[in-house]
Amino acid sequence: MSDKTAVIENEQIEVKKTTCYMCACRCGIRVTLRNGEIRYIEGNPEHPLNKGVLCAKGSSGIMKQYSPARLTKPLKRKEGSDRGAAEFEEISWEEAFSMMEERLKHLRATDPKKFALFTGRDQMQALTGMFAKQFGTPNYAAHGGFCSVNMAAGMIYTIGGSFWEFGGPDLDRSKLFIMFGTAEDHHSNPLKIELSKFKRDGGRFISVNPVRTGYSAIADQWVPIKPGTDGALILALIHEIIKQGLYDREFLVQYSNAAQLVNDDDKQDEFGLFVRTDVDEDIGVVHPQDQLWWDRKTNKAVRTHTKTADPFLLGDFVLDDGTAVKPAFQLLVDRVKDYTPEWASNITGIPADTIIELAHEMGVVARDDTIELPIAWTDAWGNDHEAITGNPVSFHAMRGLAAHSNGFQTIRALSILMSILGTIDRPGGFRHKAPFPRPIPPCAKTPNGPQGVKPNSPLGGMPLGWPADPNDLFVDDKGEPVRIDKAFSWEYPLSVHGMMHNVITNAWRGDPYPIDTLLIFMANMAWNSSMNTVSVREMLNDKHEDGEYKIPFIIVCDAFQSEMVAFADLVLPDTTYLERHDVMSMLDRPISEFDGPVDSVRIPVLPPTGECKPFQEVIIELGARLGLPAFTNEDGTRKYRDYPDFVVNHETEKGSGIGFLAGWRGKSGEKFLQGEPNPNQWEMYEKNNCVFHYEMPKSYQYMRNWNKGYLLWAQKHHMTRYTDPINIHIYSEVLQKFRLSAQGKYPGKQPPDRLRKRIETYFDPLPFYYEPLEGQLTDKHKYPLNAITQRPMAMYHSWDSQNAWLRPIHAHNYLYMSPKLGVEGGFNDGDWVWVESMHGKVRCMCRFSETVEPGTVWTWNAIGKAAGAWNLTAEANESKKGFLLNHLISEELPKMDEGDHISNSDPITGQAGWYDVRVKVYKAGPDEEKVTSPQFSVMNPVPGEGVRKSVLRYFAGLGGGSKGLFKGNKK
Amino acid sequence: MTQLALVIDLNVCVGCHACVTSCKQWNTSGSAGSMTDQRPYDKDPTGTFFNRVQSFEVGEFPSAEMMHFPKSCLHCEDAPCVPVCPTGASYKREEDGIVLVDYDKCIGCKYCSWACPYGAREFDEVEKVMKKCTLCVDRVYNMNLPESERKPACVISCPTSARIFGDVHDPDSDASVAIRESGGYALMPEWGTQPANHYLPRRKNKRHIHEDELVRVDNPLKKEGESQTDQGGPFLEDVTSW
Amino acid sequence: MHPAFSVIFLTTLIGAGQGLFLALFFSQVSVVTNLIPQQDSHFYAVGSLISVLFLVVGLFASFFHLGHPERAWRSAAMWRTSWLSREVIVLPMFTLTVIIYGALHYFGFHKNLVGANPVSDVTFIVGAIGAVLCFALFICTGMIYACLKFLQEWHTVLTPINFTLLGMASGYMLVTPLANFSVPGNLNYYADTAIILTFIAFIFRVASLVRNRRLKPKSTLQSAIGVRHSNIQQKAQGAMGGSFNTREFFHGKSAVFVKNVKWIFLVLTFPLPALLVVIGLVSDLSYFFYMAFILQYIGLLAERWFFFAQANHPQNLYYQTI
Ligand SMILES: Nc1nc2c(c(=O)[nH]1)N[C@H]1C(S)=C(S)[C@@H](COP(=O)(O)OP(=O)(O)OC[C@H]3O[C@@H](n4cnc5c(=O)[nH]c(N)nc54)[C@H](O)[C@@H]3O)O[C@H]1N2
Ligand SMILES: Nc1nc2c(c(=O)[nH]1)N[C@H]1C(S)=C(S)[C@@H](COP(=O)(O)OP(=O)(O)OC[C@H]3O[C@@H](n4cnc5c(=O)[nH]c(N)nc54)[C@H](O)[C@@H]3O)O[C@H]1N2
Ligand code: SF4
Ligand code: SF4
Ligand code: SF4
Ligand code: SF4
Ligand code: SF4
Ligand SMILES: [Mo]
Repeated sequence: MSDKTAVIENEQIEVKKTTCYMCACRCGIRVTLRNGEIRYIEGNPEHPLNKGVLCAKGSSGIMKQYSPARLTKPLKRKEGSDRGAAEFEEISWEEAFSMMEERLKHLRATDPKKFALFTGRDQMQALTGMFAKQFGTPNYAAHGGFCSVNMAAGMIYTIGGSFWEFGGPDLDRSKLFIMFGTAEDHHSNPLKIELSKFKRDGGRFISVNPVRTGYSAIADQWVPIKPGTDGALILALIHEIIKQGLYDREFLVQYSNAAQLVNDDDKQDEFGLFVRTDVDEDIGVVHPQDQLWWDRKTNKAVRTHTKTADPFLLGDFVLDDGTAVKPAFQLLVDRVKDYTPEWASNITGIPADTIIELAHEMGVVARDDTIELPIAWTDAWGNDHEAITGNPVSFHAMRGLAAHSNGFQTIRALSILMSILGTIDRPGGFRHKAPFPRPIPPCAKTPNGPQGVKPNSPLGGMPLGWPADPNDLFVDDKGEPVRIDKAFSWEYPLSVHGMMHNVITNAWRGDPYPIDTLLIFMANMAWNSSMNTVSVREMLNDKHEDGEYKIPFIIVCDAFQSEMVAFADLVLPDTTYLERHDVMSMLDRPISEFDGPVDSVRIPVLPPTGECKPFQEVIIELGARLGLPAFTNEDGTRKYRDYPDFVVNHETEKGSGIGFLAGWRGKSGEKFLQGEPNPNQWEMYEKNNCVFHYEMPKSYQYMRNWNKGYLLWAQKHHMTRYTDPINIHIYSEVLQKFRLSAQGKYPGKQPPDRLRKRIETYFDPLPFYYEPLEGQLTDKHKYPLNAITQRPMAMYHSWDSQNAWLRPIHAHNYLYMSPKLGVEGGFNDGDWVWVESMHGKVRCMCRFSETVEPGTVWTWNAIGKAAGAWNLTAEANESKKGFLLNHLISEELPKMDEGDHISNSDPITGQAGWYDVRVKVYKAGPDEEKVTSPQFSVMNPVPGEGVRKSVLRYFAGLGGGSKGLFKGNKK
Repeated sequence: MTQLALVIDLNVCVGCHACVTSCKQWNTSGSAGSMTDQRPYDKDPTGTFFNRVQSFEVGEFPSAEMMHFPKSCLHCEDAPCVPVCPTGASYKREEDGIVLVDYDKCIGCKYCSWACPYGAREFDEVEKVMKKCTLCVDRVYNMNLPESERKPACVISCPTSARIFGDVHDPDSDASVAIRESGGYALMPEWGTQPANHYLPRRKNKRHIHEDELVRVDNPLKKEGESQTDQGGPFLEDVTSW
Repeated sequence: MHPAFSVIFLTTLIGAGQGLFLALFFSQVSVVTNLIPQQDSHFYAVGSLISVLFLVVGLFASFFHLGHPERAWRSAAMWRTSWLSREVIVLPMFTLTVIIYGALHYFGFHKNLVGANPVSDVTFIVGAIGAVLCFALFICTGMIYACLKFLQEWHTVLTPINFTLLGMASGYMLVTPLANFSVPGNLNYYADTAIILTFIAFIFRVASLVRNRRLKPKSTLQSAIGVRHSNIQQKAQGAMGGSFNTREFFHGKSAVFVKNVKWIFLVLTFPLPALLVVIGLVSDLSYFFYMAFILQYIGLLAERWFFFAQANHPQNLYYQTI
């Protein structure tokens, strides 16, 4: 005790500010150090995101920093040992770099696509994506590729912005808030702050979710829904809202394509496309405003937004040339005609009355509780408005909608529901966050053929992009994929974030081609970010007959001894978030607020542990060694000293003035978003709580899709290229183009025949409901239940089990289910059960729950661990009682007409169908071992890991932190 | 007399456990530290925490509720844990009502924990003394901290601001106002311990939509030439002319 | 509650020691009142020695219960409020008194202070003080448990009564073989009292079992979390590896096990030792007297285990599901 008193009395206190990275929310933190050890991490009250609060993970950063599971040395797989056995020898960084340099140089000079770089839960897409592009490989994706691309694509292809990290509900002004399928999400702390304020201000909060925990727990109303059926619910809501005339007509007419006339003549090749007129004045480059309305005053087709016109939303008309046309809204009405509440009730399990009440409540609140802010603004067509108005109904949705193979159309439906209520970028509704809104679709494009991949040259496009029509697909002459994950192919045309969950399987099978080197950064793909994990682990270790690995070389950059590390040939020990520089860049997913762009940085508060090296430094070093143009001077010499130097001085193009950080640009920091490099940029961020926050003028903060002032401002600051209004795509012409293509009616690229039907079916320009693919292919008598996972608030994916303070909260997981299943299956609460899908089975403990829809079973995600991983003992609860649901989920659907290896994904976006699996549950035998199954051989600690203490008595400043931890390993 | 306390608003608590680990990290290196963790990387990890968040299900599907329930020492006004302590290690401060344990006096007999009906005390099995929530006494009076931060760690961190800190004897404090106006209640009132900490219950916002709210002259369907609701016949005029 | 063996041994050992002392002193009273013939001074001395042994071993056991036994001295501080503190004061006072009592007898220091009145015999006065302290100790020990009002199983006058009666019964059981050995003439006096006390203790112990069976917990999950609903179920307690609260307040055994312990202690503590004493008296085999005490003591260990296990602490309402 007395040594503690001495420490307190003589304490050397330092307080440093940086950004949390216990999760992707990126709260501002203040780290107090006592004698160089972390005394306390607290939320930074001056940070716009978290305003001083901190979550359970953020408050446990100490135990992450000093975790004995940390990797501290570069490692090479021991000669002769198998992958997965985790037998490594220490090597030097120089050796690691030369290994990589030699290998990658050769690949770049011969066939760059043989190098694949996939990154997980990082926030470095700006850098990693650029590295991939510079290298010349198309085989790159970041975590969006196994996460929630449906959310991004479904909304961005409809309203030009999205939930997730791109926008959110304006709970400050909202009166009614409906949350679909969200457990925790990326905006963790801010959402909690807002939700509580919203409730206290008298707002009404409705949660639609098969499970009631976390946020849903405090909902005023819980609407339990059968997983994968939200599309039906939302379409029925649209049906009822339209039926009652509760939609915002003015909003739809002015700001969406609802009144635009669609060619309704199915004999014509243009069937389903908007009819167009010649434009005399050119008001835009990409999106000419040349579509038509049917004006009720003149009873004629007129150009949209003709000032004097008042278009019909309903009806059918005939153009002068005899073409039958209908306003898009009429097509929507036709579409939802049969989607009655009664129909939806049968699918969703929600009483029809509830659906009707929900629709009425949304409609009436939107119509009657309107907000008017005295903010004058001008729309893109030059009309002046005296006020910003809003309908205070807001929504939020995440992976509960996204992670189903029908999620894209569901999310389109949600976007349309939000739009017909008139709640897009208006107070009290959905609000964008910079750099959104983007054009529909955004302009970034991948190469559209194999010619984009050439030896020793950067990729001829972005590795990831936004196809606007079939000719943007990244396919070869036969229409087959160029990317290893088959993204942007006819199988999953709008897979705008890539398809991480198929990478290992495809690479292993050599389909579409074998690769050589797979570099995995911050992704635990031998565990929770792969489906079918048992097989994937085998694939990672599988060899050709000649003894050569099917995936010849695997590099893993991780900070901890994860399951993935075991399968590496080369392990690169990364720093923790407290030891490195990082940027949350406008080029990636910044932390913008509704009121303007915000980006932020991390500044090290502690020196790297052991030989840890930030991955950013690895990239800069590799870039220089490989001579990639962006990382070298013209004479081939290294361009950047280190990552901080790179961040300050790198410009997207020479003289572009756009770099990784938007704040304090220009020689002395006087500019923002664009401006010359500022040598003191880091210092300025440091002085400003590690955040740059630009608050736009009030008149630019709303209606940004159509806000002339904003659009010009955004263009002026090079945030977006075009100033065209971004009209909401109630009707998606982009999708119709793919459908026409499948019907042989669209010029250019054609789908392979096996996929025509698929494209034609799913690329419906109006949302429709279909059962998730896995469900369609499952014998539901045999597998009657849906199985889903949820994020626990106190754990981040698989990486927090090494954390001594978070482990006790979630040491293992149960399968939660209705007690009815126990009655039917003859087992009790807490019993051991098997849960089985058509792909595999898992033994686990069940827990009865009344807060779950009875046809659903669920568990916390990624709590279960492989024995010995994360430097836990082989007896740890995580491996003995914990389990991973991924063993039951397959990355591929059963063989079908469209192909033998169609991914278990949304047919439009390639979104991983994490929540589609159907299962049955039955009691485990009385003689069965009381441990979870499957089990894996125990992973041993790797060289350089810390000492696993049996008792921790952390007290900052006593030397029990890193010094104490790694003492045992010093030679 | 002052009685400092926490008021916990179950209406907004989402069960995030922020209060649990922020408490742990503040206190482990503070005057009440360290807070032992046993088997931190092994089977059944366990350790000393001053605050825990529990979850209870209330009712049956589909009207079941999930209640997240944080609990730390309630700093009872008539604290039964104090008089039983044979050494005087457990005491309640005159000046602010905080119930504390003096580790240097504690003999680790655990008797006080038996005397607490709430299970709010946790014995540190390694340091062999009784521990419990200190109401962050080393924060709330810490003159090195700016005044706005002289609050318990769990209060500062709580993302939903479900934890209100204040003097429940001062009728104008945020805590007292919340208790008074939002139905604050005490746990196990039957024992007369008069917990200083209070809990605020769930409160539901409802909205009733009147049928006539669906009928409006400016219904956009009218504009499209559609009558909003076709009632269908027959009507009185079809059968009589008065 | 989780029965701690240190406390089980403490209470049973000192109980027997106290009972033994009372047996000695009351026999002296009986001698003084001419109920039984004069006894050998050594009987008192040896008896006191054994009593002290039990007290000291009990005290020793109690140290295992303390996290910081080296600070045990501090526990006398709060005698004004704490029954535990009071026990801590009375126990050594009593022990010391027994030592003095035994020593006086051993050295034959029989000095009447007031004339020839045997009641004013120094040994008698010290014994009387001892008896008062002894009862005080029974009350302190009992009240440690009985004063915890929310431990409803304990919060009854039956708790100190039972501690007293069980202690006395076991004390007389313990003195019987000693009497058989050193004052065989008075054997029946001790043996009969042992049987009678065992019987009374049985009545009161059963009374407390009956009482406890009828108890309705005052605290419910409803009052514990303040939610009015008939169906509340805990789903998590935020500590999956267990905590102090899951270890200290649960016996961790099955209901069947607890029930079995109850039957075992009911048989071992009461009828069996009584029967053995009777057999001992009839057969004149001292072996049965020893056996009677040993079995009763084992029974008491079970009784005390059950005493703790049966007490359902209201805090458990918060710790039902991992
Ligand atoms: N603490 C913590 N925070 C995290 C993460 C973490 O691991 N831990 N992960 C981060 C990442 S990468 C992501 S992508 C986000 C994800 O954030 P969320 O989208 O909130 O994540 P999930 O836990 O997948 O939540 C899915 C929710 O949808 C529900 N659900 C499942 N199927 C359906 C359905 O068909 N319909 C409806 N209506 N609901 C359904 C589930 O019950 C669950 O509540 O969280 C981020 N934040
Ligand atoms: N069944 C099921 N599976 C799912 C999901 C689900 O809902 N259900 N969700 C999916 C989703 S949305 C996502 S985003 C993925 C996430 O999947 P992953 O991206 O694989 O996420 P993690 O498990 O957190 O693994 C990240 C790895 O990064 C390491 N790491 C942590 N910090 C650092 C660091 O500072 N530097 C480096 N280099 N490494 C670090 C960790 O040790 C870990 O090995 O999981 C997917 N998997
Ligand atoms: S939500 Fe928590 S873990 Fe995520 S950044 Fe914020 S404090 Fe850190
Ligand atoms: S931090 Fe706040 S919201 Fe989170 S569990 Fe604690 S009281 Fe509830
Ligand atoms: S909650 Fe328990 S420990 Fe805290 S003051 Fe009340 S009785 Fe004492
Ligand atoms: S454990 Fe410590 S604080 Fe508690 S009663 Fe015993 S001496 Fe007092
Ligand atoms: S007041 Fe302080 S000690 Fe008490 S629970 Fe909150 S953080 Fe922990
Ligand atoms: Mo994700």
